[in-house]
This record gives sequence, C-alpha cells and structure tokens, in this order.
Amino acid sequence: MGGICLADDIILETNGLTKEFAGFFAVRDVNLRVRRGHIHALIGPNGAGKTTCFNLLTKFLRPSAGQIMYKGRDITAMAPADVARLGLVRSFQISAVFPHLTALENVRVALQRQHGSSFDFWRSKSVLDKYNQRARELLDDVGLSEFTDTPAGEMAYGRKRALEIATTLALDPEMMLLDEPMAGMGHEDIDKIAALIKRISAKYTILMVEHNLSVVANLSDVITVLTRGQVLAEGNYNDLTQDPRVKEAYLGAGHG
Amino acid sequence: MTTITQNSVPTTTRRPVRDEMIAFAIMTVLLLVVPFTGVYPFFVMQGLCFALLACAFNLLIGYGGLLSFGHAMFLGTAGYVSGHALKVWGLPPELAIVAGTAAAFGLSVITGLIAIRRQGIYFAMITLALSQLLYFIYLQAPFTHGEDGIQGIPQGKLFGFIDLSNTDTLYFVVLAGFLIGFLIIYRAINSPFGEVLKAIRENEPRAVSLGYKTDQYKLLAFILSGTLAGFAGALKVFVAQNASLTDVHWTMSGEIVLMTLVGGLGTVFGPVVGAFVIIAMQQYLAGFGQWVTVIQGVIFVACVLTFRRGIVGEIGHLFKRSL
Repeated sequence: MGGICLADDIILETNGLTKEFAGFFAVRDVNLRVRRGHIHALIGPNGAGKTTCFNLLTKFLRPSAGQIMYKGRDITAMAPADVARLGLVRSFQISAVFPHLTALENVRVALQRQHGSSFDFWRSKSVLDKYNQRARELLDDVGLSEFTDTPAGEMAYGRKRALEIATTLALDPEMMLLDEPMAGMGHEDIDKIAALIKRISAKYTILMVEHNLSVVANLSDVITVLTRGQVLAEGNYNDLTQDPRVKEAYLGAGHG
Repeated sequence: MTTITQNSVPTTTRRPVRDEMIAFAIMTVLLLVVPFTGVYPFFVMQGLCFALLACAFNLLIGYGGLLSFGHAMFLGTAGYVSGHALKVWGLPPELAIVAGTAAAFGLSVITGLIAIRRQGIYFAMITLALSQLLYFIYLQAPFTHGEDGIQGIPQGKLFGFIDLSNTDTLYFVVLAGFLIGFLIIYRAINSPFGEVLKAIRENEPRAVSLGYKTDQYKLLAFILSGTLAGFAGALKVFVAQNASLTDVHWTMSGEIVLMTLVGGLGTVFGPVVGAFVIIAMQQYLAGFGQWVTVIQGVIFVACVLTFRRGIVGEIGHLFKRSL
C-alpha cells in the first residue's frame, strides 16, 4: 500500500469488524481498507470467514461488533436494499439470475429499479421497453448479445455469471462485491470472466472473495489473506507468495 | 413451499401474449354462451366466483411465491359485510360490493403487514392463524348470526335498474365482475410491478441486492390478492344469497390451494380451470357424500405426484406455450 493514503482514496473501510455465532468467531477484528479503483481480493482457505465477511459488508449479516464505512458514511446499521441504492452492489456465490426471465428481462429488472414505476401494477409492462436499448448494450458488453431472449435458467454456467455481472452493471454501481465469481468454472470460462472483471475495473472498484490464490494473481491490486476469521497478511501477489505465514495457511505447517 | 413454486412455474417461450389473447377469447365466448346451453347457471356463477378467488390467490403464490393458507378470510369477510350491507343497511348492490371489497382491502392491509415479515411455511402458518382467529370472531359476533349465517339476502337492483333477481341478468353481471377482476390480475402480472414480483419469486436475495425493498412488493401483492378475493366474496353473496361460516373456514382456504394446484400454479388460466373442476366434482359427486373429500384428497396427491404443473400448466408445457 506504499505511500500515504488520502482519506478520499478509501471507498470502503471496516474497523474491528467481528461476527460471532454463539461463541464461535467467524470473523474477528477485521480492518479492511479498499481503495477506489482497485481490484481488492479477499482470499483464504475454506472456513476462513471470507463469505461471512462478505455478507457483513453487504449487510446480509449483522456484525456483532465493529463498523463499516462506505464513502465516509457509516453503513453498519443499514438495510441491504439501502446499501445497494448507495452504489455498493453484491453478487452471489451460486449464480444469481432470475431463471424464468430472459436475459434481457434480467437486466431490465435492475434498470427498472432506478427509474421508479416498479409499483405500477396498473400499467402494461410494455412501458419497460424503453430500457431494452440499454439492456442490449449491457448484454453486448459481456458478450451475451445472442442470448437476449433466452431464459436465464437455460444458459450455461459461465454465461449466467456474465449475465449476473451485466445485471449488476445495470445499476451503475460505484463498487462491486463479487463472491467467488469464478467458482465452479472451467478454465476457458475463468479466463473470460477474469478478462471481463479486469475490463470493468477501469470504471468500478471491485472487492472479490476468492478461494484460489492463482486466480486472483494477475487480477488484483491488493490481496488480503484471511485465516480463522482474522487478517493474516495483506499485500500484492508477489509479496504474499514470499510470506511464510501464507504458505503455511494454504499448505499446512512444515512447508513454511 | 418454495419448491412447489420453483418446480412448477412454466417456462415462457414463444410469443406468450398472443396465445393468452386467444385463450382469453375462447374463455369469454364459452362463458357468454352458457345461458343458452341449458347448463345450470347458478353452478357456473358459483364457479366464476371461485375462479376469481383462485386467480387472486394465484397472483400471490404463482407470481409472488407466497403461499397463503388463509385466503378464505377475505372471501368470507367480504361476504358477511356485503350481505349485512344489503340486508340490514339496505344498501344498493353496487355499494354493498364496494363495502365488502373495501372490508377485504382493510383486512388484507392489516394481515399483510403481520404475515409478510415471515417466509415459506411460517408465512402460511401466520395466514392460517389469522384466518382462524377471524373464524372464531365471526362464530361469536352477533351480525354474522353464528352457525346460521346471514340468510335470505336480497339481490336488489344494480345501479337502480338492473334487476339481479333475474337469473340471466345476474349471470352477466357476475360474468362482468369476473372478467374485470381477471383482467386486473392479468394486468398486474404483466406490469412493471409484476416483473419485480417475478424477480422476487425467482431469487429474493438477488432482488434485495439490486436495491429492491422486497417486503413492500410482497405487501402490495398481498393486498391486491386479498382485495380481489374479497371482490369474489362480494359477488358470491348475490349468487348464494347467504353468507355463512363455510366461507371463512380453513377448509375453504385449502380448497383454494387445491383449485390453483389442479389448474396450474403460476399460469394465467389455470386457476379458472381448477376452480371449475373442483366445484364440478363437488356438484356431480355429491351423491357419494363424505367420499367427495376422499376423492379430492386422492386427486390432490395424484396432482402433486404426477402432474405438478396442473392441467393448464401441463398443456402449456406440452405445446411450449405460456397460458
């Protein structure tokens, strides 16, 4: 993180973030600083508390202690939908699409929210056609232009993830939280999604949770390693691969 | 409960709107010629009321993924209020219908605010508990006449000149009421609101992550559904000329679920077909007495085991059409 960080540079920050489940600390005293424009990866072995940490940040879980600041604003007590409205939008580990809606409709549901009229039960949904243009652009952007009218549930796994990203981008977020975006994918899909993430990172700050260190190697600016709910180390990929503690956490004692 | 919805919702393929318009035209024509066919009109009118009720229920479960096990409370409440308004207050039919529907609206706001806080089976249990609570209130309340119910309700003249005691006239009025309710539901399903509702049904956490306050959408769906179920109850008063405890009993709530499942959950026309199938069974199998319930049970089991999409859902699936 060399140099002095200006407060403005930090988009998301946690102070002493802790989540306790009946005496078990899934996340303990985690202090994260995510800089604007970075791809920040949160990695760690199974059970390290990555997903819990992630759910705390997106407000799907309530922290036992600690504070979450987003753009200098305390969002610790906010509802998940409100956090999303501030431009902090999450993805899910299992691909989160609306399976019976077409790809276009999936994206449109996101576009529709910002423009009101979502409670209008007396109007025809043809009023939503005005979002089709933008939705097509977004689908184009993630390489799904051929699948506009395909129900999301019938799409291949990698494409569902791409669709999910298109839907998230439709909200025009400032920061995206991606929960294991490459989980369960083949090599080809991993490369595609990695390239997509790299490309969109020019405009957005990204915090991603990932199980696999090599996946985030080329992608991230900063990597935070979690073990047993705590921050073990932080730095770029090269620093971390030299760190004996990281090796131990991943490979077990004796390899350090 | 989510499993029921997830497995049986038909996939939308190929121009659904045109198919639905053709189906709607067929349904309307069939219903228009009924008085000239010699079919017992009161049977069809009763069917129309239940069909509207099941459609209202389907809006909630088929498109919102919420299983209410207390929808009889809206039917019965509107029935009692409309019946009382006609018989005791002497209100004209149009105002009695408004009063009954408004009562169901108020009730759905209150019960919705309570029930919407929970999901799945807990939601179903809360709606059941609330409807049972109401059942015992109606059992005791003087204006409902308890076990006797409100009997001999006058039908009156709609807008002062349409005589509802004439069977044919009544039939077309009930049909018009049904079609209005049906079209309101159809529009709600295919509105910007309907799109959000479907998204919530499909993946609620994702809808939340897109910034939707899903409770508000579910509440609106609950209120729409409850109010329209009440409208069906108000219409039914003119057909049956009574309002009784049967309509608020939990077995009625069960029958609504059955009608919708048999016809096809999450299909536009399924609940209509399901409602007519169930009341036809009750009508024509009446000779079997107690066995009707057993036969219904068997049909329910067969439906869940073999054709989970329901009659209309299976037909739609077969022809890859959305109905």
